[in-house]
Formats: sequence, C-alpha cells, structure tokens
Amino acid sequence: MSLEEEAKMLRNIGLFAHLDPSKLKLLAFTSHWLKFQPGEELCREGDPGDSAYIITDGTAEVLVDSENGPVLVATRGKNEVIGEMSILCDTPRTATVRAKDTCFTLNVSKDVFMQLLKGSPELSVQIIRTLANRLEESTVKLRDATEKLVAAGLD
Amino acid sequence: MERSIFKYIIKHSLKGQIVLLVVTAFSMPFVYLSLEVPKIIVNEAIGGQGMPEALLGFEFDQITYLFALCALFLLLVLINGGFKYFLNVYRGVLGERMLRRLRYELYSRLLRFPLPHFKRVSSGEIIPMVTAETEPLGGFIGEAYSLPAFQGGLLLTYLFFIFNQDLFLGAAAIATYPLQMYLIPKLQRRVNELAKQRVLAARQLANRIGDSVSSITEIHANDTSHYERADISSRLGRIFNIRYQIYRKKFFIKFLNNFLAQITPFFFYSVGGYFVIVGELSLGALVAVLAAYKDLASPWKELLKYYQTKEDIRIKYAQVIEQFEPQHMLDEALLADESETVAPLRGDLVVGNLSFSEDQLIKLVDAASAQMELREHVLITGANGSGRDELGRLLARLLRPTGGRITIGEHNAADLPESVIGRRISYVGQNVFLLPGSVRSNIHYVLKHVPVAQQNLEEDRERTLASEREESQRTGNSLHEFTADWIDYASAGVADSDELDVRIVDLLRVVGLEKDIYQLGLRSPIDPHEHSALAHRIMDARNGLRERLRSGDLAELVEPFDENRYNLNATVAENLLFGTPTDATFDLEKIANHAYMLRTLTEAGLLTDLLEVGRKVAETMVDLFADLPPGHEFFEQFSFISAEELPEYQQLVARIASQGMQAVDVDTQARFLSLAFKIIPTRHRLGLVDENLQARVLAARDAFRTNLPAELRGVVAFFNADAYNAESTLLDNILFGKRAYGHAHGQAQLSSVIDSVIGEYDLRTAIVRIGLDYEVGIGGGRLSLEQRQKLALARALLKRPDVLIVNDATSTLDSAQESQVLGRVRKERAGRGLIWISGRAEFAKGFDRVFVMEAGKVIEQGTFDELEQDGRVFKRLMQSG
Repeated sequence: MSLEEEAKMLRNIGLFAHLDPSKLKLLAFTSHWLKFQPGEELCREGDPGDSAYIITDGTAEVLVDSENGPVLVATRGKNEVIGEMSILCDTPRTATVRAKDTCFTLNVSKDVFMQLLKGSPELSVQIIRTLANRLEESTVKLRDATEKLVAAGLD
Repeated sequence: MERSIFKYIIKHSLKGQIVLLVVTAFSMPFVYLSLEVPKIIVNEAIGGQGMPEALLGFEFDQITYLFALCALFLLLVLINGGFKYFLNVYRGVLGERMLRRLRYELYSRLLRFPLPHFKRVSSGEIIPMVTAETEPLGGFIGEAYSLPAFQGGLLLTYLFFIFNQDLFLGAAAIATYPLQMYLIPKLQRRVNELAKQRVLAARQLANRIGDSVSSITEIHANDTSHYERADISSRLGRIFNIRYQIYRKKFFIKFLNNFLAQITPFFFYSVGGYFVIVGELSLGALVAVLAAYKDLASPWKELLKYYQTKEDIRIKYAQVIEQFEPQHMLDEALLADESETVAPLRGDLVVGNLSFSEDQLIKLVDAASAQMELREHVLITGANGSGRDELGRLLARLLRPTGGRITIGEHNAADLPESVIGRRISYVGQNVFLLPGSVRSNIHYVLKHVPVAQQNLEEDRERTLASEREESQRTGNSLHEFTADWIDYASAGVADSDELDVRIVDLLRVVGLEKDIYQLGLRSPIDPHEHSALAHRIMDARNGLRERLRSGDLAELVEPFDENRYNLNATVAENLLFGTPTDATFDLEKIANHAYMLRTLTEAGLLTDLLEVGRKVAETMVDLFADLPPGHEFFEQFSFISAEELPEYQQLVARIASQGMQAVDVDTQARFLSLAFKIIPTRHRLGLVDENLQARVLAARDAFRTNLPAELRGVVAFFNADAYNAESTLLDNILFGKRAYGHAHGQAQLSSVIDSVIGEYDLRTAIVRIGLDYEVGIGGGRLSLEQRQKLALARALLKRPDVLIVNDATSTLDSAQESQVLGRVRKERAGRGLIWISGRAEFAKGFDRVFVMEAGKVIEQGTFDELEQDGRVFKRLMQSG
C-alpha cells in the first residue's frame, strides 16, 4: 500500500477528516503497521490509551468486562477505527479489543500525533475546528433532546 | 624522607657520586694534554724549534715527528670524547635512577596517607608533584657534586696560576668576588621566594583544570564556561606575573654579574698597566695573567649558574617533600607483609569506647561500644549523620579512631597489617571506583595481593625479567613481576581461572547483576577461533531457534538471511553487502561513496535505477517534512534527511527534475544513492523497492561478493547460514536474520523464545562469561551506578572474607531489589560474618544482632524482636523509614 492510499485510509478517522492531504501523508509515514494474530489484544480495558488503530484487514472484537466475564459488545472490521480519542486525551481504554482473525492495522501513536501538532499550528487549528464542530453538534443534539423532554413535560 | 636534596643524593648515590668525581679527576690530565699537544705541534713540529733529536731511542725527522704528534692528538681527542661520553651517560643514568627512586618513594608514601587527607589534597595537585615537578631533579642529581668540584677545581687552578704570577694582580682578579658573593645570594633569595609561589600557582592551576574535567557537566548545564575561563585566565595571569618578576630579577643578577666580571679587566689594564710602566711587572706576565683571567671567567660563570639551578632544585625538592609528609601516615610496617596466605581472623569483634573526629570539634563517633561474634550477621542502623557510616569505615580501618579501640580476637585492629585487614575483611562503600578494563579484571582486582603462581617462562623472557628486577633493586623499587599471575585462586576457593569464572557468574546472580552482564555478553562479538566451542554451540542454537520459531508458528518474527532472497526487513545497503563490515571501509553510512560498490552497481545496470529511487526518496522527504520547523523531533525520528540539509535537497530535487541526474556531480549523486540505500521496505512503505528491483539487487549482491578484489577481502564478513560470523554479536549470530517489523508483541515473543533456546542449549553461563569481557570505561562510566555497586558487592563476596562490611553499598537499588539482594547475600554468607550498614531499619528482621546508632553512640542493641518496642529509637526509625 502506498503512502497515498494510507493517507486516504486515515481520512476515515473522523478526527482527521478535514486534514490537508500532505499532513495526512506525513501522519501515514510516521504511523506504523502492526499485525495481530488471532486472539492477540490490540488494547485492554483500563490500560492507558496511547494510540489509535485503523483496521486495514481482518476483524476485531470489542469486549467489556462484566461480573460474568468479558462480554462481546461490538465487532470492528476493515476501515474502522479503534481508540480514536485516546490520541488526544489520557482516558483509559474503555474496552478490550481482541483480534478475531489475523488483523492488519495502521497504528497512530499519541506521542507522534502530539509531536505533529506541535510542529504545525494550522494542523492544530484544523483539529480544533473538527472538535468544535463536534461539540456544536453535540450541543445541538442536547438542546433538541432537552426541548423534547420539556415538550413532553418531563422536566 | 631527607629534608635536603643533597642529603638524599648522598644517602642513595654516594658511590655513584664518588665514581663521577674520580673519573672526572682522571680525565683532567688528558684535557690538559689535549691543550698542550697542539702547542707542541705548532711550535716544535711545524716551527722546528727545540725539536728533540730522539725519543725512546728512536730517531726521526720533522715530518715523522709531526705525524706522530698528530696521531697522538687524534688519540687524545678520542680519549677525551670517551671520557665525556662515559661521564654524560653515567650522570644521566645516575640522575634517572635517583628520579625513579624518588618517584617510587613518593608514590609509596602516597599509599600511606591517612584517608581523610585525600579530602584536603586533590589528584590534580598530587599528580604533577610526582611527575612534572620531580623531572628537573633527575638532570641536576648527576651533576650535583661533580660539577662544582670540576669547575671549582678549574677555578682554583687558574687562581693559583694568577697568584703565582703576581700577588696584586691575583687580588685584583678576585677583587669583585666578595661583592658578588654577598649580593647574589641576597638577590637570589627573592627569586627563590617567587619560585616557590610559581610552584604553588602551577599546582593550583593543575588542580583547577582537574576540577573542570570532573565538573564538565555542571559547566555545560549551568553555562559557567565564561566564569571558568575567567578563573583560569586570572590564574594564568598570576603565573605570568610571577615569571615576569623572576625573569627580571634573574637577568638583573646576570647583568650585575657580567658587569662585575668586566670590571676586573679594567683593574688589570689600569693597575697592571701602571706597574708595567713603572717597571714593577713584566709585560709578558701581564699578558699571561690576562689570558688566565679569560679562562677564569668561564668556570666562575658555570659556578654561578650552578648556584642558581641548585637553589631552584632545592626549593622544588623541599616543596614536593613537605607535601608527602602529612600527619598520621600509615606505619610502613603495616604495608610490608608480602606473604601469600594469611590466617583467618578468630574470636569476637569488640568496639570499645570508639571515637572519631575529623576536626577535633565534632565527634562523628562518640565513645561507641559494641560487641559481636565475627561469624554473626549484624545490622548497624541509624539516621543519616548518626555515625553509622563512620563506624563502618572505622571497622574496615579506612579511618583511624581518635579515641578507643577495635579489637578482633586478641589483636588491636590498629596494629594488624594491611594483609590481614585487606584480605580477611571485605568492605564495600557507597562510592565504587572501577579501573578501566573489563568487568572481569575489576572483579579479579580484589584477589591481587601478591603474585602467586610461578610462571613457566622462556629463557629469553626470564633473562629480561631478571635484569629488570636487578634494575628495580638498584632503585629500591618493587621487585614483584607485574605481568605475573596475581590472582589468589585459593582465597576465592577455586583452583583455576575457569572455576573462578563460574564462581563469579554465581556471585553475579547473588547480587542481581547476572542478567545485565548476560545482556552485555549477548551483544558482544567473539573471536570464533579463541572460543571455538562456544561458536559451535551458538551455531546449534541458531538452528534450534529457527526450529523453535517454526514449530511455534512464529517464523515470521524473524526474516532469516538467505543468499537467494531479498531481505525485506533490511536496508538496501545491507541487502547489497550481505555481511558485516569488519572495519570502516564498508561502513554502511558511507558505502554509497565506495568506488567498488559504485562499479558493481554500474556493471549490474542498477546505478541509474537506485539514483532514481534516491531522488524519489528525497522528493517525498521534501514533500513531507518541508513545513515542519527545523529542530522538530520528526527529523530525528523519521526523516532520511536532516532539517539542515532539507533546503539543499529541495533545490537539488528541483534541479534534477528539470535537467536530470547529470546536472549534479558525483558526490551529490552518492548522497542520493545513500538515501536509496537506507530504505527498509517493511518499515518505510514508500513503494520504491519493487520485486524487479529486488531481483536485480540480488544479482548485484552476488557480483559484489564474487568479484571482490583481493585487497578488499576480509573487510566484510559475509553472511553464511552454516558459519559463525565473527563480526556479529552473539545475539545476531543466533538470530541470523532481521527482526520483522509490524508484529504486535513480536519483540517480547522473540525475546522469550531466544531466552528459552539459550536455556535449552545451556549457553547462559558461557554468554555471561563473554559479558565479563565488557570494558567498563574510565571510572566504570560505561556501567550504571547500580551496576557498579552490584559489581563491588560481588567482588567483595568473591574474597570469602571473615567479615563482609556493606556500608550503604546498595543505596542506588530500589528497596524491593535491595531487600532481595540482602536476602541472597545473607544466604551466601551463612556461617560467616556480615555487617550490613543501612538507614533502612526494616531490614533488621532475621539479623543475629542489631545496633542502633544516634549522635555517634550505639544507643540500642539486640535482636529485632527485642528492639521493636514502643519508646525505642529503633521503633521510631522503623516508622520513619
């Protein structure tokens, strides 16, 4: 896969959706490929999150611990993203992700991403804009929801 | 030591000085003759006046007489030259021997300095004293007596001659001597004063430079280079001023001398002339006196010069000696024992009313008393500054008590020779100093007391050693053969060096250093001829690893080196070379510049394509990194091109885009080639090394090896699946391939497989033994503090002492590790004495006896259970720790 293709793939991550193609290419170049054997964990619930994965091939299971052991809550496949927010904030992993079959992933580490932000103010602005848009969307949704609740006479 | 250099010279070289004087005296007649013969040649043989008719019954004519005299003259020249040669060599040898003796003596005294003295003097001061400051003494010693005797003799002879001619003229000739002899020492005294200051200033300078070397990190970390430079500059200025004054005074003395010397002829001409005119003196006599006076000037000058040198040397000697006579030096007898074995210590260790103070004011140890059996395990604890550290050093006799005493059995520890203290007691302190050399040699160090094994030497070598010993004996130097085997195997409880190695590996395990040394060994290359058995076993492990990876479905973690395959996890350069460079010729960083590599690529038709790849790499790098500010971490981590070079490549890429590769010179092309050489396909994913290119690189690899010119053979060790590679590390030889990129957890999995293969083939100990060859660097700088402390502990155990004193010597370890090490050391020392000194009172459990120190006193003692009670200082220490 060439850098251009990898860059295109990175665009699938919502956070990177609005980045310049050249920055995406740099991000792709500084990311690395990781192959997981079936059963190997991409991340574990509770561990500090330090990178995001984009699955380029294969499928992975998202599991959450419960009193009765791990419970499968979702499955992620090609072009899907795992742990997107962990490259921005220090939240622990909220679930364990395990390769179901042989999984190929592109790994964007938090450190590298943060370094990239440091060297590129316009990139930071783009990221802030994306986040602001999301916040705006959330706010709108929240307002709508609140209005609906009020309308329903529940508040 | 002798306070005056003349006494020192007489004491150690009286015979030599006498020989010099006698030979000098014997040479005088020949000197006289060599002056006389030319006169006879001119007057008698050539001038024909008063030529004897016959000599010894032979008759001869004038010509024969001339040649006979000339032959005699030649003979005299030879004899005089011979005397001079002999005297010069003898003087030189005498001086050098004395210098050797003096330096050796100074060094020996240095070893007897009381330890606290080293807090006051630095190595920067001591080193120049032993080396540079003593240097001029050697030259002086050879002529200390013979020169004044010789020149003085000459002077007296001439004076005698002058006085013989005329009493008044004689008086005139020496008229200025009293004045000179009064004035010059007076002036010289001031020069001496300055010379003393100069020596001190030079020492301080050396000291400051030494400080700068030691504190180099502080200088850079605090930007104090200007401050330091100003300091050195002011010191250099001071030395300059002193020397300037010395020069002025010294040359004033010279001026005065010359002036006074010239005054004398003035008297001759005026007074002598007057007497000639009035007829009281013949003209001939005056001329003769004048001639004699001319000769007089030279010895007088020499004597004055000698006087000045003598003063200079006298001061230098005195100033060195006084530094080597500190108070409370160790008794020489304590260091004298050279026996091979020392009887073990027995009985109790009793500390009675022990006090120690550095400055007579604060008692760091204050009337401390304690008693223990030598074979007990004892913990001495207390807060920092409680005196526990000083007590530890007093017990090892590294400090001398200022009051009270330590007895071991029936002996007062202060009277025990160092051979007993240093062999039957082990001491490890917090600061460990390692000597440059291998880990092994630093561990062996503690076993080197006296040479033990008699070696079987070849006759030649034996003779050389014997003559070296003889020379040492002449100068009072050490008679021990330095290159002999000094290792006392018996005291380590082993028979030979193989067993010793095994024992060391065991002890490394005890102190928790084995793993580190194993890792160092794994990353070292070995000489397969020297270690052929190991090399064979490594080859077995290589195959074993391959098999293990295959059976464990892990084969893809390593991409093996295969002559017929392109290694996707290696760089292009590594794929081309397919071996390990043995020297800098094929250094992978510079291989793109090597003519043979270029020729091979050209012949394989690969050069153009690789240059194109290099150009594309440059283009991509410029594209990716151009926006980043210089100094950004990415350049270091990811870019093929540094931030500084990026703008240049930007221009080059543009130029090549419009005019082609021919637009740049060969060196620039090599730079592009070297970019291409760095690509690792699985890691860089630039899509530039396709299968076609790979196949052609394989062909070039083959050509490179087959056509390698004779002069380049041996500069690369090619990979061969069936042979041990002498240039690669042990690990790389086992791995024989490249770790594959992009496998999550691959590193950890591979490490554990390698470890288990090494276990399976029983290679661990052998590899640790290779790790023992690791060079520790200056002061052990290539090991971490923690590793150094562990090493010191291991070698202290190796000696198998009667008592092992561990004085906060595991302080850099974290407390979990420290307590594990303590546990293992205690097990190792079962039934033998151990004194563990630590601020961590919680270690007390299990010790036979615990001493608690406060304000220099032992205030509590007992077992853990006895001390662990409310109201006890020990309990408080436990809680605060």
